Amino acid sequence: MTSVEGLLVCEQDSQRTLSPYVTGTSVIGIKYKDGILMTADMGGSYGSTLRYKSVERMKSIGKHSLLGASGEISDFQEILRYLDELIKYDDMWDDGNSFGPKEIHNYLTRIMYNRRNKFDPLWNSLVLGGVKNGQKYLGTVSMIGVHFEDNHVATGFGNHLARPILRDEWKEDLSYEDAVKLLEKCMRVLLYRDRSAINKLQVAKITEEGVTISQPYSLKTFWGFNAFQNPSKGAEGTW
Amino acid sequence: MASIGTGYDLSVTTFSPDGRVFQIEYAAKAVDNSGTVIGIKCKDGIVLGVEKLIASKMMLPGSNRRIHAVDRHSGMAVAGLAADGRQIVARTKSEATNYERTYGEPIPVKELADRVASYVHLCTLYWWLRPFGCGVILGGYDRDGPQLYMIEPSGVSYRYFGAAIGKGRQAAKTEIEKLSLSEMTCRQGVVEVAKIIYGVHDEAKDKAFELEMSWVCDESNRLHQKVPDELLESAKAAAKAALEEMDAD
Amino acid sequence: MFRNQYDTDVTTWSPQGRLFQVEYAMEAVKQGSAAIGLRSKTHIVLASVNKANSELSSHQKKIFKVDDHIGVAIAGLTADGRVLSRYLRSECINYSFTYESPLPVGRLVVQLADKAQVCTQRSWKRPYGVGLLVAGLDESGAHLYYNCPSGNYFEYQAFAIGSRSQAAKTYLERKFESFMDSSREDLIKDALFAIKETLQGEKLTSSICTVAVVGVEEPFHILDQKTIQELIESFEIREEEVADQGAAMQEQSPEAAPMDI
Repeated sequence: MTSVEGLLVCEQDSQRTLSPYVTGTSVIGIKYKDGILMTADMGGSYGSTLRYKSVERMKSIGKHSLLGASGEISDFQEILRYLDELIKYDDMWDDGNSFGPKEIHNYLTRIMYNRRNKFDPLWNSLVLGGVKNGQKYLGTVSMIGVHFEDNHVATGFGNHLARPILRDEWKEDLSYEDAVKLLEKCMRVLLYRDRSAINKLQVAKITEEGVTISQPYSLKTFWGFNAFQNPSKGAEGTW
Repeated sequence: MASIGTGYDLSVTTFSPDGRVFQIEYAAKAVDNSGTVIGIKCKDGIVLGVEKLIASKMMLPGSNRRIHAVDRHSGMAVAGLAADGRQIVARTKSEATNYERTYGEPIPVKELADRVASYVHLCTLYWWLRPFGCGVILGGYDRDGPQLYMIEPSGVSYRYFGAAIGKGRQAAKTEIEKLSLSEMTCRQGVVEVAKIIYGVHDEAKDKAFELEMSWVCDESNRLHQKVPDELLESAKAAAKAALEEMDAD
Repeated sequence: MFRNQYDTDVTTWSPQGRLFQVEYAMEAVKQGSAAIGLRSKTHIVLASVNKANSELSSHQKKIFKVDDHIGVAIAGLTADGRVLSRYLRSECINYSFTYESPLPVGRLVVQLADKAQVCTQRSWKRPYGVGLLVAGLDESGAHLYYNCPSGNYFEYQAFAIGSRSQAAKTYLERKFESFMDSSREDLIKDALFAIKETLQGEKLTSSICTVAVVGVEEPFHILDQKTIQELIESFEIREEEVADQGAAMQEQSPEAAPMDI
């Protein structure tokens, strides 16, 4: 322990996440004609070791929302517990009011920002999508509480590799089939270039009718590209 | 009443010379004056029913609920002071949630009933509190099947096949005893409970009432839910028809 | 003076299973000047009678804005009413901070009722001596609730509390069935007429009443005096024609048991 930290806090009463352990990589979410589509692979990395291969990183929250997470898996599971309780209490009122995606998104933002202010963040980037009263909603929150809404969002590597594609090709009235194709295109790029990505993914859909999360499946890949032949070329000494 | 004026009946923390705590008995009186509340255990679940007395015609139907969900798989019906009842409901909800947070599975109904009973009992132990003026019937479904408990202001809690509290409890109990609960489905139980509530309602003495019903059963996926509208309506119709038949005799 | 030995302590039950201290607190509501509320599918109107204690003083404010979608009218101890209004405001603002959406009225009302209940079960507390008509709009529509010192709450189509409220109640009971489809203006008109019933012949002017509205696309606000005066005057013309038929006055039937159990 560094001396500064030793001076500031007592060792026993302060246990914080200083780095994540088991993590998931990018999540991508987009609006399409009938609602929101989201996708994430099922890998769980222990540091840089791909240790778990069937981690579900997208879950439905109540009737109107869908949550996807990258980052620390255990923190994500903790967040799901919070939300389960929240939704349970909401349901028990049984009074015709219910939390929609906007409420959940803001609630998550409050939790993330609050924890980061205690210097004990939940180590995740979250994507929250949903449909309520015909209104589509898609937003994201980071581990430090940065939050925004957009027509397409992505976490982690997806921010660098998927969103440029989405900016070029996303349209408001994408059909379900076209939207899935677009997501798969993004996921394929991520699979090629993100070492934490694995070729086993799920696509989740939320519409006015509710949530459906697909069975895991793989993408067709082609490893014969020239650029893949000698990966260390042009990067002498780094590998 | 022999208790009045003795001075032994002014505090929950005072025993009378013959070993009674009058304040608890008085609190129970508040329950005895309330609209009747019934719970039955059928073969596939629990049915709860309440005779909710309506004070004003300008009050909206469905308002001022007496049956509350306390967990996904359990519900609670309140007789007596509704405001006191909500306090118990709130505690029940938090006990259920705390259990699940700790053990990762829904709280067994027995455990929940025990914890709620302890809370109700707590209010009979201190001079600065008063006992709750309400009794509750708790119905739930867990791995041991459907279960029904009743908790009284004294803090006692027993498990029942069928329970009734409030004004019409005696008559209601007599009627429940006639049912063959172990062969009955909740769908049939709903109609029976409706008949009993309509039967014990004293039209001459009491104001209008609303029948409020919920169930936890296989048909509701073992979740505590309001009885579906169409079923409730047909149960009401059956109850009214049964009443008319009785009057005709 | 004392009715019996069971009526001085909130934590003492009477042999009949009653709580006299709570019932007395409910009496305090009846002492306050009247407040009424009524609602349609889209709007809720609150109105109150303002009574100044002396010629030299102003009257107390009896209608409070809680949030854009909620307002309350009170009768009874105004000081208690203000404390509770402040509580309601802070609950609303905390909710919108957490969820960025308005707090459902029905849930706020339960929180308020739970707060009132606690005061009926602790020996060092006293029940609140105020009744609140809570008007609000949310996802499930327009709502009007009455919260009382016992910790009970009820949802109404229309209701009146405070002194001589029985007269207003009688008026409202005659008409409430049509309120659901009333226009905003008709609602205000009925509110003013109901208020007038409680005045026992005293002339209705904008200086002795407050009217507030909340509705779809209309955040809660208190109407200004000028508007109210104009409304009163426009109604008066037609009202005089009806006056001959003899307005049904209060029969002051003894109220139902104060604490509905």
